[in-house]
Amino acid sequence: MTDTEGAVVVWITEGTWRGCVDAALRLAPPGDPVLLLYVTPAEFAETAHAAYLGLFGRGRPERDPGPRVAELAGVSAGELLTAAADRLGRPCQRVERRGLPEREVVTAAADAALLIVARDGDRSRLGPKSLGKAARFVVDHAPCPVLVVWPGTAPGVGTIPPPPRERPRERPHERPHERPHEGPHEGPHKPPHPPRPALYLTESVISLTQPCK
Amino acid sequence: MTTEQGRGRGEETFSGAYGKGRKTQPNAAAEAVSAAALAVILGWAVWRPRGWPEAVAAVPAAAVVIATGAISAHDAGAAARRLGPVIGFLAAVLVLAELCDGEGLFRACGAWLARTAAGQPKRLLAEVFVLASVTTAVLSLDATVVLLTPVVFATAARLEMRARPHLYACTHLSNSASLLLPVSNLTNLLAFAASGLAFGRFAGLMALPWLTVIGTEYLVFRRFFAADLEPQTVGRSAEGGGGGRPAGVPVVALAVLAGTLAGFVITSAVGVSPAWAALAGAAVLAGRALAQRRTSVTALVRAADAPFLLFVLGLGIVVQAVTGNGLGGALRPLVPAGTTLPALLGTAALAAALANVINNLPAVLVLLPLAAPAGAGAVLAVLVGVNIGPNLTYTGSLATLLWRRVLRQHGSGPSLWEFTRLGLLTVPAGLVIAVLSLWAALHVIGG
Repeated sequence: MTDTEGAVVVWITEGTWRGCVDAALRLAPPGDPVLLLYVTPAEFAETAHAAYLGLFGRGRPERDPGPRVAELAGVSAGELLTAAADRLGRPCQRVERRGLPEREVVTAAADAALLIVARDGDRSRLGPKSLGKAARFVVDHAPCPVLVVWPGTAPGVGTIPPPPRERPRERPHERPHERPHEGPHEGPHKPPHPPRPALYLTESVISLTQPCK
Repeated sequence: MTTEQGRGRGEETFSGAYGKGRKTQPNAAAEAVSAAALAVILGWAVWRPRGWPEAVAAVPAAAVVIATGAISAHDAGAAARRLGPVIGFLAAVLVLAELCDGEGLFRACGAWLARTAAGQPKRLLAEVFVLASVTTAVLSLDATVVLLTPVVFATAARLEMRARPHLYACTHLSNSASLLLPVSNLTNLLAFAASGLAFGRFAGLMALPWLTVIGTEYLVFRRFFAADLEPQTVGRSAEGGGGGRPAGVPVVALAVLAGTLAGFVITSAVGVSPAWAALAGAAVLAGRALAQRRTSVTALVRAADAPFLLFVLGLGIVVQAVTGNGLGGALRPLVPAGTTLPALLGTAALAAALANVINNLPAVLVLLPLAAPAGAGAVLAVLVGVNIGPNLTYTGSLATLLWRRVLRQHGSGPSLWEFTRLGLLTVPAGLVIAVLSLWAALHVIGG
């Protein structure tokens, strides 16, 4: 059994895990337990097995690609966790689970001090789509604080579209009387934000990560 | 006028092949026995008690319908003679695919994917589409599901890419990319034997539907899996290529495959069964593998999958008993007559629906004799339906899926809804586009 109580749980996923491991290196205090978690989606082996099942009448279990895919997935998970542990470079626990990733992650992180996840959606744009289905579920349902990181360089503040209420200014001659009220910080001369850090802390994390510091 | 000629030829072939079955008078008792026999075969194929092969049910079921007179020994013999060459052809293709795997063909495919698509998930998807489509077309859907899928999965994992789109591509294309050649799918082999079309003509008529269906699948996949296909910021490169061992180009396997393909067209053009070309290709690779001690005669016999071949034979006889005793007559009004666009669409839709109710193999056996009098176009429309339709559910048929769930053998996996949603996006669109393409091809090339 694994002990996640008080641990910093790092969710390792293909292509995006480096950002999460780096965040753990920066935020997890030395000596605090770190747990690297990889979830192999059960659907991989299931899909390969179902495709064989769909080949009507070929009842030869030894040709079923499902178990082979499951085996390959296990090997791949082990390699990924090893690579992540090497990058972390400090003692850590490695855990592989199988099932529906978002649910397994939420379950595994129940007693964690912090859960680190990467944006897994369409990262070419800001906003809701940058979180995929799985990360969205984890952010919504994880019982512990969650740290959401950009896998690569975080997009600059300049890429954020203007708020909807400012859009009428682009067409100043149209229905000017309907221009919304501009608050003191929402006007055209508002001070620029400081550069966005590569890590993006969700609101709940900011207070709850204190024990890590 | 070529369509009319094709129609005449199809009718001629089928009147000989299926005529006796059609003339049988509906008989309630015989139909009940036949339907029960078919239900046992279908149930066994889905449930597979003790993991025994499907032939264990299909062969006795065929014996029962013959013994009870639900089908005469003469008609059963005619069905067996008709299915025999198809089954032989299938066996040769199964062995050929296995031998190609032994030559390292699929390992080389994995190495090529890893080398050319590192860091580019969209490119990997495009290449997987090409490989899965060609593998399915040339070496049949079995090769894609059994031999290519694990290689594609391993490659995606090695490149540290999300495997879902690529894995699902193999699954989908094993069905929808099996339109092109008679050897691509057992359903095609059955239709090919019955349609009277030459190999080259079959491929010519199906080329456009094959391409447009693959194109449709690709567009849907790109949108559906957009988040999984994000370019990698950092990824693993192609180190290791083919599982640690460098994989060279399997020249012999590729040359034999090219020769076999040419052989299909040539044999068919001169009136010889193209099964001989498949057998020759398999024999060349088998001789080489035996000489190099990479395989044994036992392994080759196992690759031919005798229980499956017996299952097809038993199923064919039982289905003929079912159609001959009433089902054929009941379904005939539902099968649109002619090869007009609406008729082709109706035929394909009916075939897709039936493939989901009773699986595609029984569906094609039931529908072929009904569609054949309308000509080769109608037979090919049946194939469009039974080959694309199974993508609606991930077990290839709604029946299998529901039964599995009822039997709790295969879970109501969380991916179920996802896969069904993908099926709903691709199958209706694929059916319509394939039928439109087939209709256009029939007009340009002629049925």
